[in-house]
Amino acid sequence: MADVHLPSTLRPLFPDLPRQLELEAGTVEEAIAQLDERWPGLKDRLCEPGPALRRHINVYVDRERAELDAPLSKSSRVDVIAAISGGCQEPSRHVARAPRAR
Amino acid sequence: MPKTLLLIGTRKGLFLIEGEDRRDWTVRGPFCEGWPIYHAIHDPESGTIYAAAASEWHGAGVWRSGDLGESWELSSEGLSYEDDGGLKLSKVSGLTAAHGRLLAGAESVGIFESRDGGGAWSLLSTLEGQPGSESWNDPGSQPPGHLGVPAILPDAGDPKHLWAIVQGYGIFETTDDGETWTPRNKGLRADWPLENPEVGYCVHKLVRSPVDPERFYQQNHVGMHRSDDGGHSWTEITEGLPTEFGFAAAAHPHDRDTFYVIPLDPGHGRCMPEGQAAVWRTRDAGSKWERLDRGLPERDAHLGVLREGMAIDAHDSPGLYFGTSTGQVFASTDEGVSWDEIASYLPGISSVEVATVA
Repeated sequence: MADVHLPSTLRPLFPDLPRQLELEAGTVEEAIAQLDERWPGLKDRLCEPGPALRRHINVYVDRERAELDAPLSKSSRVDVIAAISGGCQEPSRHVARAPRAR
Repeated sequence: MPKTLLLIGTRKGLFLIEGEDRRDWTVRGPFCEGWPIYHAIHDPESGTIYAAAASEWHGAGVWRSGDLGESWELSSEGLSYEDDGGLKLSKVSGLTAAHGRLLAGAESVGIFESRDGGGAWSLLSTLEGQPGSESWNDPGSQPPGHLGVPAILPDAGDPKHLWAIVQGYGIFETTDDGETWTPRNKGLRADWPLENPEVGYCVHKLVRSPVDPERFYQQNHVGMHRSDDGGHSWTEITEGLPTEFGFAAAAHPHDRDTFYVIPLDPGHGRCMPEGQAAVWRTRDAGSKWERLDRGLPERDAHLGVLREGMAIDAHDSPGLYFGTSTGQVFASTDEGVSWDEIASYLPGISSVEVATVA
């Protein structure tokens, strides 16, 4: 089961959504599709039509930056990160921070 | 006793300001998880509040509350363009509720409708084929913060009759619910070259007199304008105002000739001239203008007010309300003659609307 970690900004939008859960999925896209089945609308918050990850949503699989087609194994750790920004008003200047290793 | 409810859309969420007898104001919020709110309305038919929002991280959607802000739900179902159409939806704004449906303007340029109270949305029109449509979604043609369709005006009697502003291009009218459109910009001034004289006008705010459906006013990038023929032609009425630039405007609910604007310095500043806050009123359809500033800050008040930043209620003596891009809200209960500051430290304000609620 992939170990999926979600950003705190999603929790207020979806009742009972945990920050961390385990999923059986072959790719990042499949994992998001499973989340969308349980919490309808969640895919829209992470992806734009295409589909593709939204500009300021970053996904890491085992600490490597990943896209929707990235494969998952049973032991994968998936971190979904809302890109961190600050110190200026230009929203495109953001810093994506990699998750800390366990 | 009915309450007056102000809906204040800000860069960091929606705020509600309530007052009994238009006094003793209290502020609630922020709501909508601090998402930037571009426009919020109260639908008097359903009693629901709707707030058009766009998060830098999680995309665009419309928040709704059926209990005056106690609980909220977000939906973006259907609020997107087709995967292969080349259009991306970055923001929604310009909400309106009429004839049992909701309409929302979008960037890229489009109008979406919801017939189930904001649960699901579908595309009504992209104004495809209209002059200007070949370039209006090109980022190189757009100013920063482009809203696409920042406003939609419904006709009170005919549900298929709408006016829409396309930012930087002008006003378009449909009488068949978006199947076909006609540019309605005749007589407007443009201080820049136009490839097609039908479009290319920077309409900031369009309002219609509630007592005369033929009477429209608009605050434009370059001047105030009035129409006496339902928007088919426009006459400039800028003379007597301190600047030709501004965003916000309001039409008197009972008098077709009375109209309010907030002139701003053009250019990058876009603040009230000389650091002196004022609203301006005409009572003769634009022949003369009077400055209204009693109770407003008289010095060092470099206040900006955006296109949806002023609202007017429908009392016998109408109340006016405006919010600034630095977070102050001012209210007047005597048709703009005198003003009180009723909130001082909100985030930058994008929109102000007013409703009467039980």
